[in-house]
Amino acid sequence: MSNVPADLKYTKSHEWIQDLGDGTVNIGITDHAQTLLGDLVFVELPEVDSEVSAGDECAVVESVKAASDVYSPLSGTVIAVNEVLADTPETINQDAYGDGWLIKLKLSDANELTDLLDANAYEEVAAEDH
Amino acid sequence: MPFIPHTEEDIRAMLEAIGVEKTEDLFDEIPANLRTNGLSNIPPALTELGITQLMQQRAAQDGKPVCFIGAGAYEHHIPAAVWEITTRGEFYSAYTPYQAEASQGTLQLLYEYQTMIAGLTGMDVSNASLYDGASSLAEAVLMAVRANRKSKSKKILMPRTVHPAYRKVARTIVNNQGIELEELDYDHKRGFIDPDALPKDPGDVTALVIPQPNFFGVLEEVDTLTDWAHSHNMLVIAVVNPLSLSILNAPGSWGKEGADIVCGDGQPMGIPLSSGGPYFGFMACKQQHVRQMPGRIIGRTTDLDGKTGYALTLQAREQHIRRSKATSNICTNQGLMVTAATIHMALMGAEGLAEAARASHRNIRMLVDQLSGIEGVSAVFDRPVFHEAVLQLDMPVDDVLHTLAEDNVLGGYALGDDYPELENCVLVCATETRTQADMDFYYEKLNQIFSMQRTAPRPIKPKM
Repeated sequence: MSNVPADLKYTKSHEWIQDLGDGTVNIGITDHAQTLLGDLVFVELPEVDSEVSAGDECAVVESVKAASDVYSPLSGTVIAVNEVLADTPETINQDAYGDGWLIKLKLSDANELTDLLDANAYEEVAAEDH
Repeated sequence: MPFIPHTEEDIRAMLEAIGVEKTEDLFDEIPANLRTNGLSNIPPALTELGITQLMQQRAAQDGKPVCFIGAGAYEHHIPAAVWEITTRGEFYSAYTPYQAEASQGTLQLLYEYQTMIAGLTGMDVSNASLYDGASSLAEAVLMAVRANRKSKSKKILMPRTVHPAYRKVARTIVNNQGIELEELDYDHKRGFIDPDALPKDPGDVTALVIPQPNFFGVLEEVDTLTDWAHSHNMLVIAVVNPLSLSILNAPGSWGKEGADIVCGDGQPMGIPLSSGGPYFGFMACKQQHVRQMPGRIIGRTTDLDGKTGYALTLQAREQHIRRSKATSNICTNQGLMVTAATIHMALMGAEGLAEAARASHRNIRMLVDQLSGIEGVSAVFDRPVFHEAVLQLDMPVDDVLHTLAEDNVLGGYALGDDYPELENCVLVCATETRTQADMDFYYEKLNQIFSMQRTAPRPIKPKM
């Protein structure tokens, strides 16, 4: 089974969310997702300062096998993107929950956090893929 | 098991499974008045002999005129070897085969084609071709909207000096995608986009299209235009004649940073006029935009044994992987044309192409000098040209062209319909294939028309 840290929140579409506690979150794709995609070759990130709503496509991750949309789990303003990924998209393969983060969001509605899955619930979702 | 889909039995089984009685019922959402019932205007089948005779008759209707029309399609010398090699069994296919990597020869040819186009345009990457010049411009516009993330306006500045047919096709393709093509007028005296007349504050514009040479054959101030566009956060789309690039600056070196996307029609590279097609489009861009480029790209790599091999790269953008988010579903439909163009460019070499371009330039200058010596004929613009120029006639241009055609001279393209301000103006072209005798003949016939008009003014009555 893939690695699913207990301190993060998740979505059914394989994004993880780290609540930084100050109204901002980091978002990335899960270890399970990067395993399914295989070697990542390109990541397309949103512009800093752009607004996203929960469920919007906010990034594209492209591997040797497929290109997948990443959906923003929450609504808010993009305050940072992981510039490192432009040159080294494989960072996601190596460290999906750490250096492989995608975007940092300033939330417009912190209540949306309660709609997310916890680690146990996500493990069930991921298990269904097998 | 033979692969024969859709047997009567299959169809029955499928209809039954979805609970539909007959295939026809699947289309009942389409109103009756929009449906065709058979193709009633198609004549009965002919024998091979019959169809050959019919085609020969039709082809003969074109006659063998001396052609001074360019306007987007150009008669150039094509070495006999080009189509001899292109039509060999190994090459004679319009498509990249479905199992692309099994056809290393085709992939190698496309790789070499891309290398040549990238070299001519001064860009980092080229795709494996598009349908034609006009649709390549439309694709370039769509690509610019995807690539320029600083711009939110989806507005493209489209100069009126861009080929009118290209502008129409681009409009048709992008119009319903929320993209605005804003016309940019030209200097009516000099036939180019006057950089001094550009707006000081254009606002949020996604891209500027720069034709070189422009539709009038005139050279644009590409360096100044490119820098102006970049200073206002626009991308630069260059629409170019590939042959001209053998003697003009490559778009990659326009201004301080170079154009971002280059497109155009590849017809001048070994493709015969053939009454209008098939031709092919080309497109190249800077590395930073490669993931927004439509079409296929062939890459060179090494296999497990260390041998050179070729593969389709960047397939992740294509429709079988990205579905509705694909940047295009364009593969290599014009593959045969590209094969011919690649062989043409290889046989001509950089020097051969430059010679053809220089000879064409020489010829148009001679032709303009000669024809504007006739009273009633004058050159319209004073700017440098590539191999076309605009002449003003002091007579109704359609009548003159009609009368010339009677003598087997295709005198040029009348501009009045596309440019009302250029009434009775004609766009003439002289490539390296026009001899001194051709030009003398044109001069003689045109002079005749004008001197008849001077001695006995009356409306010209065409003979046909």
